Amino acid sequence: MAKDVLVFGELRGGKVKKVIKELIAAGKIITDGNGGSIDAVLIGSGAEKEAEKIKSLGLRKIAVIDEEILANYSTEGYAGALAGMIKEEGFGYILLGATAMGRDLGPRTAAKADGVMFSDCVELRFEEGKLIARRPVYSGKLSIEIAAEGDYPVFVTIRPNNISPAETGGDSTEIVSRPSGVTQEMIRAIAKEIVPLAGGRPDVSEADVIISGGRAMKDAANFKILEDLADLFGGAVGASRAAVDARFAEQPLQVGQTGKVVNPKLYIACGISGAIQHLAGMRTSKVIVAINKDPNAPIFEKAHYGIVGDLFEIVPILTEEIKKLLN
Amino acid sequence: MQLRLSEEERMIQKTIRDFARKDLAAVADQANLDAVFQDEIYRKLGELGFMGVTVPEEYGGVDLGTFCLTLALEEISMVCPATAIAVSVHNELANSIVLRYGSDAVKNKFLPAMASGRSIGVYAITETEAGSDVSAIRMSAVREGDEYILNGNKIFISTGDKAGVIIVVARTNADDRTGGLTAFLVEPNFPGFSIGKTEHKMGMKASTTVELVFEDCRVPAGNVLGSPGMGMKIALGALDGGRIGIASQALGIAQGAMDSAVLFARERSQFGQRIIDFQGTKWKIADMAVKLDAARLLVYRAARMKDAGEQCSKEASMAKLYATRIANEIAYESMQIHGGVGYTEEFRIERLFRDARVTEIYEGTSEIQRLVIAKKVIEEYEQAYPS
Amino acid sequence: MKIIVLLKRVPDTEAKILINQEGTGIRKDGVKFVINTYDEYGIEEGLKLKEKLGGDSKVTVFCLGPEESTEVIRTALAMGADDAVHICDPALESPAPFTTSAVLAKAIKDEGFDIIFCGKQGIDDDTAQVQGGIAEALGIPQVNIASSFELSEDGSRALIGRRIEGGNEKIESALPVIVTCDKGINEPRYASLPGIMKAKKKEIRTRTLADLGFDEMPAAGRSKILKWLPLPKGGECRMVEAEEVSDAVKELARLLREEAKII
Repeated sequence: MAKDVLVFGELRGGKVKKVIKELIAAGKIITDGNGGSIDAVLIGSGAEKEAEKIKSLGLRKIAVIDEEILANYSTEGYAGALAGMIKEEGFGYILLGATAMGRDLGPRTAAKADGVMFSDCVELRFEEGKLIARRPVYSGKLSIEIAAEGDYPVFVTIRPNNISPAETGGDSTEIVSRPSGVTQEMIRAIAKEIVPLAGGRPDVSEADVIISGGRAMKDAANFKILEDLADLFGGAVGASRAAVDARFAEQPLQVGQTGKVVNPKLYIACGISGAIQHLAGMRTSKVIVAINKDPNAPIFEKAHYGIVGDLFEIVPILTEEIKKLLN
Repeated sequence: MQLRLSEEERMIQKTIRDFARKDLAAVADQANLDAVFQDEIYRKLGELGFMGVTVPEEYGGVDLGTFCLTLALEEISMVCPATAIAVSVHNELANSIVLRYGSDAVKNKFLPAMASGRSIGVYAITETEAGSDVSAIRMSAVREGDEYILNGNKIFISTGDKAGVIIVVARTNADDRTGGLTAFLVEPNFPGFSIGKTEHKMGMKASTTVELVFEDCRVPAGNVLGSPGMGMKIALGALDGGRIGIASQALGIAQGAMDSAVLFARERSQFGQRIIDFQGTKWKIADMAVKLDAARLLVYRAARMKDAGEQCSKEASMAKLYATRIANEIAYESMQIHGGVGYTEEFRIERLFRDARVTEIYEGTSEIQRLVIAKKVIEEYEQAYPS
Repeated sequence: MKIIVLLKRVPDTEAKILINQEGTGIRKDGVKFVINTYDEYGIEEGLKLKEKLGGDSKVTVFCLGPEESTEVIRTALAMGADDAVHICDPALESPAPFTTSAVLAKAIKDEGFDIIFCGKQGIDDDTAQVQGGIAEALGIPQVNIASSFELSEDGSRALIGRRIEGGNEKIESALPVIVTCDKGINEPRYASLPGIMKAKKKEIRTRTLADLGFDEMPAAGRSKILKWLPLPKGGECRMVEAEEVSDAVKELARLLREEAKII
């Protein structure tokens, strides 16, 4: 069966996403175990320029598809281009980032190429001639190891930040331009416009990230520093009952027994001691970070990460650090 | 008796459970703190069909039985027992009585609005001197042409100020203590009807309790339910359903209190371990669980018997006596497990504890239930072992 | 308009998920099964569309799953769907995503369709693959993770919003299309008592692989689950310390990115 690996380089806003280095590293796991080479493909406007940026990552070839019709992402256009290339060139493994685009494009292309697909993988290995992937299931309550069988192209979407990115090195790679073969009639769902998000934060019960403040916020105006941090994630600002009772925050922001019960991916409790009433409302958050002056505050018993100190000093630095990581 | 829920019953349970835990829970704490009746909740319950559970489809109901209502009252009471009061009274007393004793004209006029929840039905029996003893009713009803003139007061009337339909039992014959009572359907816009004082209660605060005042209140003769003199029979006939309703409410309170206790004991640590790991807590939890299951079996049995058309006065009284008792016991122990915070308004157990108390008092006190049970039991012995 | 909604029976979001004794899957005893949360949004969107169009528009539920799935199908019917096709075959006990796609696509094709709604993913396998497979098999466009939906004024095209990083993307699609729904697109209704009573009389057509004309399972034998793994036990709170506060915070940010993987 085909051994070569194809890595999909996602362009957003004309820039190739960083996850490509992780995908190349994942590709190497396959070629180390199975032989073959790794190619990359970049589709969209600015593809050629961006291809230059990944030239020295040990790829055999970078295919660039930059056509007017594919300037912006469409499922059908991109899947058509990608599946065409896979069929013509015969790749055995196709790797995509488990991003919004990858999760949309991967299944459609895999179906088009009559392949098999593993979504959202966090670990890959190659054993006894088989690709084995580990992926979380049941909302991350469990994970499975799944192996590819038979002679079908294997599509894998890989969650960002799980595999160490490929190091720079290796020869300069050839960049070739490729026609897509995609025609306007093939694209029936088209993105007409993108409306930038208006200001305003999501409700605490819906947000993926919540930055909450307690009595130690001292004043309503001080919630600004929590808002700045929340806005980096498109997250919400929450409050303990003590903060609401002290009128630092409005009641709809209250998290806890008499407020909202929340279940975000990230909950940062700033100056919240962690009364049982508060814990009842947020203890199922995936990752809990506690910032508190008192090292004995009960919030640290429920938190995954804790930092002892003055929130007015810590929160602004954290905002800056996260801003750096996100850019 | 069928213990497992049918597929249909599980679906009903899921709907009312989701509704209670989402829509009702969102307003229940504040509604009880402010003692405000939640019109919007009853409107939604009406849309979902829970205000016309036993009413036939031809009048806009869903034609289900007491058991369905039991499931609903249980789920509602886990979150807000006060909300369950109007649901119980409206379905088990007002709807049933209008359905059974109303003339066709009365049924056509009132039932569709009642079954959809647009018009809430209330039940007015109690007077200052007539509590458990219905035959002591003094409120008078005197026929005058095509009308009856009602005079007197009814007290402790749940939801009386929100009613669209009021079932009133009044005295049409002063000489016949039990046969001199008649039931009427009164609308709140009838001349001579007014709302008296509002009671300030220990619990069930999101359910209003008021006095109804009748001063030469004119009621059309067509609004007599059944026939004149049937008032006592109608009032007593509604007892079983009403008692099963309150037993279901108590069951919900007990379940809610038990849930709070276990979830809290799992979270709370003292002396380096979760309090659920202390043997003392475990014993409490085991006792609560057994009581709760025993009560549920009694309540479900009574409801299933009523739906099967069987005579179930004894079983209804047993269910009410036991479920209301253990609701209080479980609420008490649950608060004990919660410790200090359980005594604050921030935790639901504080409210459930207060709400539980009245279940042993209204819709027939526990003492009355025991009299009913004993009477039946003694009769059964007389049958089996004639003296 | 023939409106199709897909639903899957999955363990309740709040259920505790444990691996079975044989290590071949999850323990099912004591687990409450419900309609996949995201599929509920799909059902609601289908019902809303039907109510808007009126006339002879019809909502048909498709569900591939074990016999016990009738309860969730019945719930969808109680919410207001008109009828249902239940694909139930012992061979389909734990189908691969593209097997599900192929089987559902065939069944949908047999019934006829104008638009398909479902959830953005199943909350059990979390693959988000089935819809792509169905779209490909039926040769129709797909729009994933929809946060809003409406038909164009002349009813010929679908206008779909999706939340993407930093904005709302507005997509215009030809019909038929498969739309996968995200939280927030609507507020799914409850199954009302009258709805539950009516649902008893609605038809659920059961189909086996053979009924659908499959001699063998499509897209099968391409993968094999080797192992089920529990999540590593969450440890104690990790206290981040350093001489300088700024270093500690820097370290915290690093841990959130590299260890907790949430940035």
